[in-house]
Amino acid sequence: MNFSYYPGCTLKNKAQDLDRYARLSAEKLGIHLEELSEWQCCGGAFSMGKDEIASKLAAVRALNGAKEQGQDLVTLCSACHNVLKQANDAMAHDEEFSEHANNYMQLEKPYKGETRVIHYLELLRDVVGFDNLKKAVVKPLTGKKVAAYYGCLLLRPSKVMQMDNPENPTIIEDFLRAIGAEPVLYANRNECCGGYAVLEDRAIAQKKSAAVMENAADQGAEMMITACPLCEYNLKKNTPADGRLPVYYFTELLAEALGVKE
Amino acid sequence: MQRIGVFVCWCGSNIAATVDVNAVSEALAHEPGVVFSTNYQYMCSESGQNLIKDAIKEHQLTGVVICSCSPRMHEATFRKTVAAAGLNSYMLEIANIREQCSWIHKDKAEATEKAIILGRAAIAKVQLNAPLTPGTSPVTKRALVIGGGIAGIQTALDIADAGFEVDIVEKQPTIGGKMTQIDKTFPTLDCAACILTPKMVDCAQNEKINIFAYSEVEEVKGFVGSFTVKIKKKARYVDPVKCTGCGECTEKCPMKKIPNEFNLGLDTRRAIYIPFAQAVPKVATIDPDHCNMLKNGKCGLCAKVCSAGAIDYKQKDEIVEREYGAIVVATGYNPIKLDDYDEYAYAQSKDVVSSLEFERLTNAAGPTGGTLLRPSDGKHPHTIVFVQCVGSRCSNEGKGKSYCSKICCMYTAKHAMLTREKYPDTDVYVFYIDVRSPGKNYDEFYRRAVEEYGVHYIKGMVGKVVPRSDGKLLVQASDLLANEQLHIEADMVVLAAAIEPDKSARPLATMLTASMDTNDFFTEAHAKLRPVESPTAGIFLSGACQGPKDIPDTVAQAGAAASKVIGLLAKDKLTGNPCIAHPDEWMCNGCSSCEKVCPYGAISYVDKEFRMPDRTTAIRRVAVVNEAVCQGCGACTVACPSGAMDLKGFSNSQIMAEVDALCKM
Repeated sequence: MNFSYYPGCTLKNKAQDLDRYARLSAEKLGIHLEELSEWQCCGGAFSMGKDEIASKLAAVRALNGAKEQGQDLVTLCSACHNVLKQANDAMAHDEEFSEHANNYMQLEKPYKGETRVIHYLELLRDVVGFDNLKKAVVKPLTGKKVAAYYGCLLLRPSKVMQMDNPENPTIIEDFLRAIGAEPVLYANRNECCGGYAVLEDRAIAQKKSAAVMENAADQGAEMMITACPLCEYNLKKNTPADGRLPVYYFTELLAEALGVKE
Repeated sequence: MQRIGVFVCWCGSNIAATVDVNAVSEALAHEPGVVFSTNYQYMCSESGQNLIKDAIKEHQLTGVVICSCSPRMHEATFRKTVAAAGLNSYMLEIANIREQCSWIHKDKAEATEKAIILGRAAIAKVQLNAPLTPGTSPVTKRALVIGGGIAGIQTALDIADAGFEVDIVEKQPTIGGKMTQIDKTFPTLDCAACILTPKMVDCAQNEKINIFAYSEVEEVKGFVGSFTVKIKKKARYVDPVKCTGCGECTEKCPMKKIPNEFNLGLDTRRAIYIPFAQAVPKVATIDPDHCNMLKNGKCGLCAKVCSAGAIDYKQKDEIVEREYGAIVVATGYNPIKLDDYDEYAYAQSKDVVSSLEFERLTNAAGPTGGTLLRPSDGKHPHTIVFVQCVGSRCSNEGKGKSYCSKICCMYTAKHAMLTREKYPDTDVYVFYIDVRSPGKNYDEFYRRAVEEYGVHYIKGMVGKVVPRSDGKLLVQASDLLANEQLHIEADMVVLAAAIEPDKSARPLATMLTASMDTNDFFTEAHAKLRPVESPTAGIFLSGACQGPKDIPDTVAQAGAAASKVIGLLAKDKLTGNPCIAHPDEWMCNGCSSCEKVCPYGAISYVDKEFRMPDRTTAIRRVAVVNEAVCQGCGACTVACPSGAMDLKGFSNSQIMAEVDALCKM
């Protein structure tokens, strides 16, 4: 099965593991990810300004690229996924924005939000299926106590993202069970890590990330996984070294379970 | 040609300020058939009504048009007025120049023109009006109460007290409802069981009351005065006549690990059970989902130990059909599910409980025998945080409810106060948006919790509850008055969950053709003036099925619903609405179009013998309307392809005459 794939900037430098293990695992699962030929930065954050067009055009270009390939678009980075999904929703439902964006784009056929954007986790759940994933596992992570960390961008705004229940999600825990690990439930799995606030005031990010890390460790987790490079950064760099759990991208555990980790 | 009188009402300044009433009565005086036209300040007042009566007599009027407020307001008043002057009351038409004209327009010239046009349409219609006489229908002198909680119990007792028969249908094995699970009741702190169980026993012993416990309403047919209801008596697998309620079977049953609904799953029950000691009827019930004998034919222990021989594994559901004159809905409420409230860690920690669970944990008949212990480790909690408005007063888009659940402020004050009284070493915090305590002695009660019992009331909401591995619950909250963040290490967190109508209410409303609001609460006929009646005739509302209510409000409303039922059942006959459908048999070709659209099942067909123009006789299939069942909605008149079906008082020709008059500018 072929899908268009949007890696995003961070996956080309800081978060190469997220990207590499995702591709290796996908091939093992019979899924071919075709990187969009001319993708640009997604914009990083979806602007709340209704009249802000320019910073959203790159996302629309990527979406239209997948449309021209006739493929669903797979994303991996939580931030890119959030931006692409929100831009797609605006193209489909916000007529004024859609008209303006199409005026800039000068496409042969106007883009109206036709592309289906799915996160890699949704690919595993809805296309591969967690049951099939379980069968494909060769090195189950039996006995590994793993804390799933969702962060903010993956699930919210829930009406647009439509991935999982934003208050009581299960998708990463279900993924962990499929690869044989033992998910650790903890209260702060859904809280903010501090996000971009780290640029303004590192203390905020330190406080928020520490609360997440402490809670996961307290509940007996051995490691944490996430889908977001920014969360990974904050959890690794802005938590107290004492008691810090190792933090991995979920794709690294996936690759390990599938036996494709180099 | 009719002799028509036109009466234009000022409604004080309500109409007269926006509509030139003199111009209206003057313009309408020249309409065909109008022999008298006037205006007056308050047409509904006694002198206004006398003006109408005198004019009818003086001018020998045969039709009356009143230009005033909505017919919903005063049609009944004016029908009586014209009848008192000797006219048939259906020779009256009302042109609504208030709600549909003066109240919604600002420009006086335009509003006046519109009022004249509306009056003209009413005149055109009354030209074609014919005298109508309402039919009558009998009243079955028995009421059905659906739901056997405190609302249903009180309604049934009051109706029985007036001498009428009442049936209570309750889906649980016992009547009593939510109130049986409550320990003490605010604001007097009397024990709920002590005031409720005598009423339950009264129901069982009252000759006029028949309890269908463990039963559900399957089908409702008919109309006010004569409903036919099918009730499903679910199989208990125990003969209720033979069973003495001794409880021997419930001690011997080997299936021990079934979550006990009565204690909200905080302890377990057996597969054969009696919900609680004071159950009415006190009869054992076998839970077919968990009984080994019913599932795979192995066991039979309960039958062996039953000295009364009451166990019957072959018992089947039974359908009973009963007739009623009135139906009271008393289906009550449930707390919402809290699994999605991850921020309060309800699904993660056993020590985060709902208020109703807390109620069981403090009840002498509850799983801990009334000693407050943490569900996780059975230890005494030293710090308890109560969170109010969990799921109440939320935006409509989120997971919660937009309304205030009304009872939570008071029961939380009760819980907080009782905890402090029994365990003075316990710190109690209550987080609130506002404390809502209107009601007799309610605010005094809440203030006692704060001032005498030292409960820490903090204005602000809890943002997060983090369960820690040492058993503490880390509560993060804001104190809005002190403008600071609080971190409390609590042993228990109690969530005041919003309440919502019981899930059975929606399908029941469909069966009863009773209307509901977007939250699935039953709608009353008028928010202020008819609070216990449904807009559907013969259906009455009791208790929290109509909106969140505490026990005093519920009992008051239950009594009010009963008095309305008694008023209905006291009548020997009901006067119907004469504006009902009527087929022209010569035009009807028996196509069944009308029967298919009739929402009340009022239309059937007969083969009837006709004398044809050529003097032969022919048997033709024609529609017949059951006049007692027809509600006059008019759906059939629209569906009829040959124009045979007509609505008395709203005939096709009358409607067309109105439209013509409206279009003739």
